[in-house]
Amino acid sequence: MSKKKSRLIAEGSDWTVEAIARYDDEIGRIANDYGLDCYRHQLEVITAEQMMDAYAAIGMPVYYHHWSFGKHFLETENRYKRGQMGLAYEIVINSDPCIAYLMEENTLTMQALVIAHAAYGHNSFFKGNHMFKQWTSADAIIDYLVFARNYIAECEERHGVDAVEQLIDACHALSNLGVDRYKRSPPLSLEKEKTRQREREAYLQAQVNDLWRTLPRHDAPFAEAEEKRFPLEPEENLLYFVEKNAPLLEPWQREIVRITRKIGQYFYPQRQTQVMNEGWACFWHYTLLNTLYDEGKVDDGFMLEFLQSHTNVVYQPPYSSKWYSGINPYALGFAMWQDIRRICERPDAEDREWFPDIAGADWRETFDFAMRNFKDESFIAQYLSPRLMREFRLFSVLDDDSQAKLKVDAIHDEPGYRALRRNLAEQYNLGSSDPNIQVWNVDLRGDRSLTLRHFAHQRRPLSPASLTVLEHMASLWGFNVRLEHQRPDGEWTLLAERKTERRKQSAG
Amino acid sequence: MTVRIVDRRQDSRNKSSINRSRFILRFKGQIRKAVADAIAKRGIRDLQSGEKIGIPGKDISEPQFRHGKGGVRESVHPGNDRFQSGDQMDRPPSGNQGPGSGQASPDGEGLDDFVFTLTRDEFLDIFFDELALPNLVKRQLARIDEFKRVRAGYTQSGVPTNINLVRTMRGAAGRRVAVGGPYATRLRALQAELEGALDEMPADAAEVERLQREIAVLKARHEAIPFIDPFDLRYSNRIRIPQPSTQAVMFCVMDVSGSMDENRKQMAKRFFMLLYLFLNRNYEHIEVVFIRHHTVAEEVDEEDFFHSRETGGTIVSSALKLMHQVISARYGSSVWNIYCAQASDGDNWNDDSPQCRNLLAESILPLVQYYAYIEITDGEPQNLWHEYERLTTSHAGVFAMQHIAEVSDIYPVFRELFRKRLV
Repeated sequence: MSKKKSRLIAEGSDWTVEAIARYDDEIGRIANDYGLDCYRHQLEVITAEQMMDAYAAIGMPVYYHHWSFGKHFLETENRYKRGQMGLAYEIVINSDPCIAYLMEENTLTMQALVIAHAAYGHNSFFKGNHMFKQWTSADAIIDYLVFARNYIAECEERHGVDAVEQLIDACHALSNLGVDRYKRSPPLSLEKEKTRQREREAYLQAQVNDLWRTLPRHDAPFAEAEEKRFPLEPEENLLYFVEKNAPLLEPWQREIVRITRKIGQYFYPQRQTQVMNEGWACFWHYTLLNTLYDEGKVDDGFMLEFLQSHTNVVYQPPYSSKWYSGINPYALGFAMWQDIRRICERPDAEDREWFPDIAGADWRETFDFAMRNFKDESFIAQYLSPRLMREFRLFSVLDDDSQAKLKVDAIHDEPGYRALRRNLAEQYNLGSSDPNIQVWNVDLRGDRSLTLRHFAHQRRPLSPASLTVLEHMASLWGFNVRLEHQRPDGEWTLLAERKTERRKQSAG
Repeated sequence: MTVRIVDRRQDSRNKSSINRSRFILRFKGQIRKAVADAIAKRGIRDLQSGEKIGIPGKDISEPQFRHGKGGVRESVHPGNDRFQSGDQMDRPPSGNQGPGSGQASPDGEGLDDFVFTLTRDEFLDIFFDELALPNLVKRQLARIDEFKRVRAGYTQSGVPTNINLVRTMRGAAGRRVAVGGPYATRLRALQAELEGALDEMPADAAEVERLQREIAVLKARHEAIPFIDPFDLRYSNRIRIPQPSTQAVMFCVMDVSGSMDENRKQMAKRFFMLLYLFLNRNYEHIEVVFIRHHTVAEEVDEEDFFHSRETGGTIVSSALKLMHQVISARYGSSVWNIYCAQASDGDNWNDDSPQCRNLLAESILPLVQYYAYIEITDGEPQNLWHEYERLTTSHAGVFAMQHIAEVSDIYPVFRELFRKRLV
């Protein structure tokens, strides 16, 4: 008895710095045995209030100032105070070193859970997954955020808080369509940003001026001008197009557009890997802490507290529950990773039929491959097993506004598995959940108006708030902006137009 | 390799405070309206706390290009307990695409009120926004004729009453040790030599005598070191620093005659409360004098002021006389900023009203920063009002009067009374 007790890492529920360090050592050792490849990490102890601060700034330790972050803070604070939500006990930042926050109110058990979840789970995902590798530069993000905050603060001083705020409002409104989806963004770096920012200012302005200088050449053959469209190819990244081509923006305004665009880009992989990432982290905290228990390093009390919290996190309420708000990414992700391990270690006949490649394979290698090479959409399409669909009792509902009734078109049975899996994967496809709006044309030789075209998917219309967004677009562009709607058959209609009087104002 | 653990709990606490104040600044219009509504509803003592504020959700939404309702959608849900493939069902009434009642906020465009809590300071800031009492800074303040004496270390010169004994004695002791040190050392050496000489069996009498003489000389010198020297004296130093006057006294004068019912008293109370809170933000120290009157006036404490019941007629001048006495007795000096607020239903003995006007014009208004009169009545103004009206022109900027009928009138009236003057 006494011998077993001496093997415990720590006792009691109050944490100390030494106990946390010992837990980190042990968890790190086991993670290493499992072959998890992580960035170095740093643990930061913060208060609940600081946690809410971090929430408001999307977890970033430094961020520029904007009223909307104040709004999010108030929202969080309010819900927290009314007891409608517990604070997530962890926030982790995709940076190198990876920073994980521990809230001071947490018990020692919770701190161990957070370390396993964030500092090893998320951390290894950030380092390994191709989305993060390709789209983000973990070693430079903090520096870039510092640069962004200082630059924007400087602009506020020089040009007034209101002007900057208005600009950032417009950028935020367009931020979900301000990301590159298909080509890699160049890595960010503080020195480069700083040194290049000035020359970029001058250069960009020259570029833009050049573009518009060709305007009044009346001697050019008119017919040829008609044919040439600008941009030659439609541009899907609206903010990028604004940054490079908006005729009336000042250099500092272009830089701010660029900053919000870059930061939006940084978060793009997170939006696309929620199920995988959270599931991965849950899988690893579960596995790591259970291994600690098997080794006798933690006692039953620790495990009970941990399991209580863990099951809360991975609970999936059914559709008919009043707590139901869609599929819980923690639940789905955790179940999928557990299931993949099961398919590798204890496959049955169904698994061998559905997953001939991985049934009976080494689970660590399978995990590593899956973690590195997928995003939510493809991960679900690839690995969601019939058994899991039955366990979740999934069913798919078709809502077609041309039909009077909703229709259940697939459930968890043999004919439904594939459709169900395809539909669920599609649900995580940002490409179809964000509307597809592209820069279609700029009337270079006429009134300089900008035309955006919405390519409808499944006849889905734009929400009414889109008109407000169009106003933001018009304020950035400085001239008239039109929004067109193109149906799959190629027919298009004008949805809305926003006229801007800004040119006259700035002239007068 | 152990992990790096950083304790950030002491770091920048209110990292979001800038964002928070930006948010409040941006929606000031809506927030101000909500604050005004809140004031009209809430009890008086609550004014010391913050306020939960709701502003329309659509005003503060952050729009993005999103899909609206309609078109074709597939959605996958968990927990199937009754459906078979091909089942059809009606759309849920809210228009959510999913069956059941789960999805509370379908598209993130919540139109519910956005509710949050203003801190007391934020609440009062908005409440008092744009308000400032006229002549807020007393004319005397510009001259600064009040000084405060503060300690400022020690000096070597001064008057005897300021001698700092501890410092002086400490210095003296130090000096005595320093000056007497060499003598003491030499003395100890000679004593030792003397003892040595005495111990030698045939004592060398001449040597002993020489040593004894030398010891006597040294002892005399050592004792001649003064116990205290003018050089040791230290005086506590005090300097005068200019002190702006930051105190105010507020007179609350209320008619408690039979015609003032509980409801009117409550209205008056709110008015006094607002004035008090306003002064509280501008002055460090505020005294409040409560004077109630019917046919005779008396100074009372707050409890009696608002809650005791009186009956009888009304002679307003009795209160004004008492106020004047109190001012001359206790608040006569120029360090007091004097504010008066009088609440009444306007009833007065007819021949008393002109006397009130004279009292105010001649003895009270010259002394005060501001005198506000509110008449709480839903009927026609009475004689006191007509008399006072003549003061508004002769003492503009110092005297103001307003008419209140409903509880919700108080806030606008308050703003009107204390609106920031251009002067």
